[in-house]
Amino acid sequence: MIGDSRWGIRLAHAILILGIVVVAFPLYYVFIASTHAGPDIVRPPMPLTPGGHLVENYRAAFFEGAANLGGVPVWRLLFNTAVMALGIAVGKIVISITSAYAIVFFRFPGRMVFFWIIFVTLMLPVEVRILPTYKVMVDLNLIDTYTGLILPLIASATATLLFRQFFLTIPGELVEAARIDGAGPFRFFKDILLPLSRSNIAALFVILFIYGWTQYLWPLLMTNRAEMNTIVIALRKMVSFVDHGTPWHIVMATCVLAILPPVLVVVLMQRAFVRGLVETEK
Amino acid sequence: MAEVDLKAVRKRYPNGLEAVKGVSIAIPDKALCVLVGPSGCGKSTLLRMVAGLETISEGEISIGDRMVNQVSPTDRDIAMVFQNYALYPHMKVYDNMAYGLRNRGTPRAEIDRRVREAAATLELGHLLDRRPRELSGGQRQRVAMGRAIVRQPKVFLFDEPLSNLDAKLRGQMRVEIKRLQRELGVTSLYVTHDQLEAMTLADLLVVMNAGEVEQAGDPLEIYEKPASLFVAGFIGAPPMNLVDPASAELVGPIPAGAATLGFRPEDAILDGFASEGGLKIRAILDGVEPVGAESYLHAHAPAGGARMIVRTAGRARMEPGTALEIRAPAEKLHWFDAAGRRI
Repeated sequence: MIGDSRWGIRLAHAILILGIVVVAFPLYYVFIASTHAGPDIVRPPMPLTPGGHLVENYRAAFFEGAANLGGVPVWRLLFNTAVMALGIAVGKIVISITSAYAIVFFRFPGRMVFFWIIFVTLMLPVEVRILPTYKVMVDLNLIDTYTGLILPLIASATATLLFRQFFLTIPGELVEAARIDGAGPFRFFKDILLPLSRSNIAALFVILFIYGWTQYLWPLLMTNRAEMNTIVIALRKMVSFVDHGTPWHIVMATCVLAILPPVLVVVLMQRAFVRGLVETEK
Repeated sequence: MAEVDLKAVRKRYPNGLEAVKGVSIAIPDKALCVLVGPSGCGKSTLLRMVAGLETISEGEISIGDRMVNQVSPTDRDIAMVFQNYALYPHMKVYDNMAYGLRNRGTPRAEIDRRVREAAATLELGHLLDRRPRELSGGQRQRVAMGRAIVRQPKVFLFDEPLSNLDAKLRGQMRVEIKRLQRELGVTSLYVTHDQLEAMTLADLLVVMNAGEVEQAGDPLEIYEKPASLFVAGFIGAPPMNLVDPASAELVGPIPAGAATLGFRPEDAILDGFASEGGLKIRAILDGVEPVGAESYLHAHAPAGGARMIVRTAGRARMEPGTALEIRAPAEKLHWFDAAGRRI
């Protein structure tokens, strides 16, 4: 076994701890900075222990927001981002699981054509089709709306393929048993397929939620009004290039608040997430 | 409850392959009909056509008095037991059995009564809260049976239900299936490639080959009077010995047009005298297979090279290479013509 000797174990731990320190220090510093008053952060040397402004800073960020952003409170930004991330995650799952269902379990003319069309869109990321998509959104009057933020990002070839691969592993006998048991297409989907896909859906939800939460380019284009901004965009706008114009304590508090929801999602869904990635037994 | 009647049933796939070439079988009420044949002979396709999982290209299938060609599997009033059991992995045993009834809108109390009754019959009572993956192969098989029983269908369809079990369990389940089928009195169609299973289970045995029925009838009658070379070689283990009449010494009349001569391993005699007439053939011993109560001697004839198996009681202590004189009485000989048909 690797790491059987005492020194082997110590060395392994030393490397791991070093790794954690390197990864965690910036996060730690963000938290520290969010507990100090604005001027204290920019004045050298940087403080490395928590300051006394924690409650004050967070309250200011959460309810009032940064002045240079028109005072949109962070709760509003979090709400916008949550709507967008949830919309994208749920929308993608719904669309991809139903299209995979159609492609795998139904014989209809042009089935393979549709499959390949979906497959080909894999090669077209948002950035490539961003101009036409933007134009469509403008024409549909969807700028500064949640629909505009969510809709163009919902179609997902990757998720469709993932579900397709999973559906293909479901034995034909199971489908036939359900047919004999009187389960029509809808019942089969609801009673058999959905429960069997549960861990896949959970894993996908975590990945897609974070994907939606960290979207940058699309919300940047789609939102003009400050109160429709997502938190990532708002953070970017809060940081002014003239250093003294940036309320760093508020920025840092906002950062911590922005990190929390995805972390929560991962922690709460960790078990289902891991099972979805590694489970082969059915 | 229901007869099952197949009239000139054909299955042609879009690519032109003909899997079933005009099969007619009439299964009487409450009978257990076994379809047996090598893989690819169309037996499973035929079963799936009765189930409604495959369309019927030509011919008619009726269950009871109703022609079911256009009826969906759900409405055919059948229940099927699959080779891999096809249990719903995420449902408990209870729900696995209840699912079909729920879809039909059976009242809750009635479902509960039927499931518990079936579970008691199959000794599954203590497993109702388990999931399929927590069960052994034999238990899963029972759940699959239970799912079929609770439906109280007109016809049971079995698609090689025992082929995933080990030999001992298979023997037990075979007896159990037979007992259940008798008790419930449900007409059944059973597909297998195992001729032993076929012989022991069948009320009506149908031997299929290349999409056609080779012979249908009582299993022992088929064993005693195989209608063709194919049936002779397929039914019975070890299979019938087939030799060229020219390579043997024969006493008595040879039927006109005889091209092949067959005799069962248990009808062969090594020492002593065969009755008046019959066959005598010289052979060299290749090896002995002791099975316990009996031994199988594998031998080949130096003239013509035909391979033969002789069953002897007890243990045979013989060295390979020993010269044998195999005899068989005249009344135990089977004659086949050049086309492989029985004479």
